[in-house]
Amino acid sequence: MTTVSSAEPTRRDFLYIATGAVGAIGAAATLVPLLAQMNPDASTVAAGAPVDIDLAPIAEGQIVKVFWRSKPIFIFHRTKKEIDEAKNVDVNSLPDPESDAERTKPGHEQWLVVIGICTHLGCIPLAHQGEYGGWFCPCHGSQYDTAGRIRKGPAPRNLALPPYTFLSDTKIRIGEESAKTA
Amino acid sequence: MKAKSTIRAVFVFGALAAGTAVAAAQEEPPTPPRLSWSFSGPFGKYDQAQLQRGFKVYREVCSTCHSLNLLAFRDLADPYGPGFSEAQAQQIASEYKIKDIDDKGQPIERPGRLADHFPPPFPNEAAAKATYGVAPPDMSTLAKARGYRRGFPWFIVDIFTQYQEEGPDYIAAYLQGYREPPKGFELPAGGHYNEYFPGHNTAMPPPLQDGQVAYDDGSPQTVQQYAKDIAAFLMWAAEPHLVARKRIGFQVLIYLIVLAGLLYFTKKRVWHAVEAPHESASGQAATKAGA
Amino acid sequence: MSGHSTYRPQSKFMQWLEKRLPIGGLVHSSFVAYPTPRNLNYWWTFGGILAFMLAVQIVTGIVLAMHYTPQADMAFNSVESIMRDVNYGWLIRYVHANGASMFFLAAYIHLFRGMYYGSYKEPREVLWILGVILLLLMIATGFMGYVLVWGQMSFWAATVITNLFSAIPGVGSTIVTWLWGGYAVGNPTLNRFFSLHYLLPFVIAGVVVLHIWALHVVGQNNPAGIEPKSDRDTVPFTPYATIKDTFMIVVFCIVFAWFVFYIPNYLLHPDNYIPANPAQTPPEIVPEWYYLPFYAILRSIPNKLLGVCALFASIVILAFLPWLDTSPVRSARYRPLYRQFFWLFVATAIGLGYLGSRPPEGVYVVISRILTVYYFAFFLIILPLLGIFEKTRPLPNSIADSVLGKA
Repeated sequence: MTTVSSAEPTRRDFLYIATGAVGAIGAAATLVPLLAQMNPDASTVAAGAPVDIDLAPIAEGQIVKVFWRSKPIFIFHRTKKEIDEAKNVDVNSLPDPESDAERTKPGHEQWLVVIGICTHLGCIPLAHQGEYGGWFCPCHGSQYDTAGRIRKGPAPRNLALPPYTFLSDTKIRIGEESAKTA
Repeated sequence: MKAKSTIRAVFVFGALAAGTAVAAAQEEPPTPPRLSWSFSGPFGKYDQAQLQRGFKVYREVCSTCHSLNLLAFRDLADPYGPGFSEAQAQQIASEYKIKDIDDKGQPIERPGRLADHFPPPFPNEAAAKATYGVAPPDMSTLAKARGYRRGFPWFIVDIFTQYQEEGPDYIAAYLQGYREPPKGFELPAGGHYNEYFPGHNTAMPPPLQDGQVAYDDGSPQTVQQYAKDIAAFLMWAAEPHLVARKRIGFQVLIYLIVLAGLLYFTKKRVWHAVEAPHESASGQAATKAGA
Repeated sequence: MSGHSTYRPQSKFMQWLEKRLPIGGLVHSSFVAYPTPRNLNYWWTFGGILAFMLAVQIVTGIVLAMHYTPQADMAFNSVESIMRDVNYGWLIRYVHANGASMFFLAAYIHLFRGMYYGSYKEPREVLWILGVILLLLMIATGFMGYVLVWGQMSFWAATVITNLFSAIPGVGSTIVTWLWGGYAVGNPTLNRFFSLHYLLPFVIAGVVVLHIWALHVVGQNNPAGIEPKSDRDTVPFTPYATIKDTFMIVVFCIVFAWFVFYIPNYLLHPDNYIPANPAQTPPEIVPEWYYLPFYAILRSIPNKLLGVCALFASIVILAFLPWLDTSPVRSARYRPLYRQFFWLFVATAIGLGYLGSRPPEGVYVVISRILTVYYFAFFLIILPLLGIFEKTRPLPNSIADSVLGKA
């Protein structure tokens, strides 16, 4: 602004710069709580803790929907035929190549556990529908097979896998990845 | 009925305070003794061992009648609060029965989880009321909902000494304040005489006795110690972020003082041109010439 | 006003924009080149502090509204969940709650400064009246915000204050029922208070724009109370006033932070940590400190209708100040008698504040009646007569002279 000539311009400039810098740091620090408050609060985080699911009541061929962290989780008790269908696919021909073994836990191939949210734009696909025996998304026609892999339609990726672990043959814990199963 | 809450309304720009209107005929209860608390003052912190003892007292004595609705078991693992480990908090939670419904819609009771809140002792307020004629108050915010009148000039001094512990002081005094009614005091049926309770007639029977709760850290198992520990626990329950608040507050104050100092010298420098004696007749004319 | 340097944008973009929307020029003339009297003291920084506080309250208020539930069964617990679970929720809520007190503190200092230096006098009447409107809006907004917590004091304050309108003859109870949306304070009341509490700050912001506009038309008053005569009497707003205001805002924040971080519940009533209970009135109802003087005036008058009238009159009378004060001299610096009556008035306001917190009995009633009489006499008798009888001191020739004379 004013160009009043001064004998010590550097000292004056330093003061102005220091004041401006300290002020800017404070303004930035003020943003932290104002932005952090929009993150999930402590009760939401606590409610997102792992959940245990009893698999015993799920009949062969049945798909049940449970919720973890407000997301639908599909638990699919696959028949022998459905497992074979999933395995007998040329993985490299798939839009998102993944083998059936990569999508299940060893020793528990009959169980497919996926997050039931279409990878296109977030709708919930319908079970046992579509050409591939898996899921069909009513929003934009994406089709998933019996391993939850995208086969047809606009969705770019396979249905995501939640972290989960087998506590026993008939019990899983969703939300906690198994360390190495024994 | 509600404890005589005191007033903290203050006329800041002058120096005046406010006091509670105590019913004319009613003499004022004695001032609760001022105790020393680990969480008072600008660097105050909760004493973990004390909060854990206080929680034990709550669990074994108070929780029979008083709910703690706003607290969840996960809060017990707060490192700035009672500081239980997560496993301990989980263990405590699992010892409580939580009402829920199963997959078929049938009411069940299941072990508590960290995310659950403390279950209330009574299913509803009417049931609570039936116990002592008045519903025992929820304890979640109790330490901030109780106090006593500070009076002139203490309410002004409090601004500078940061005295904010009327609640725990009152609670500790109240729990030790049961006495024989003085001669001539008409105690209504079902009432109990308490020196510190406004009006002296309190519905709650004396809840604590020496040796009632076992402490495993060697602290004295006396009513005095129990009262202090439960008051500290309730303060944490009412103000769980106190430690973070005071820590951040100190940083903020240091920052503001530094910034104010820098701004003061910047201001002096900027105003130098118009305030320096040899230029004092210039004002805007001078600064315009320079621009 | 003299002293405006014409705005010549440097960048190509600003030159292009200036031809289409002269916003750069508006900002420049209002907040850069705007001439301010060079003798303004630190009491003049409270306008800037108030603008800052309004911004703080709006920002923290918007954040709180993201987490608050305006429903009678959930309101108290949602405030508590902000205090416990929301990230930094305790900080934002304490800033907002104590921010209201700081806002009023700054507003009262600003108001008394205006009274001391005669800032309401010709040609600043409209500026002053807009300020009184802002005070009324602040009172309404603060009251409704206090109710939202839905603690015992919230609930009973809402009951008592809305009942003031029942004093209106004939239609009183109809109006009160209309205000409540029910037969007592309840969920509909809470809902509408939340809606209005969110709306009114933006109305305040709008009136603040008018207030600043009016200020920039007539220019600032100053401690000498005489108009600037030449460029020697003024300095440009930036950097002189901006740096001074910023410094004082930070100093004010030190006080603010002391309350927020160390004694956040000092100004709050303990009863408001008890959930609202329509079946039980607390032993005493005390408003927030910034309403206490008006509350004392209400209670000092034994008749219900007259008491309510006096309550409203005590605020509205401020709007008539430019015409009640008949003295041609603005600043109390040159009005030896007015100065004494002014300080007595300040003491009266503070005294009424103290009495507003005391039970309305015995000697308190007598004193608050005396103070109420002085409160109104100051405006209605003393100010009009002082203009006639007071012998004022000679005014300096110019602001620059008054500055030099001081040095």
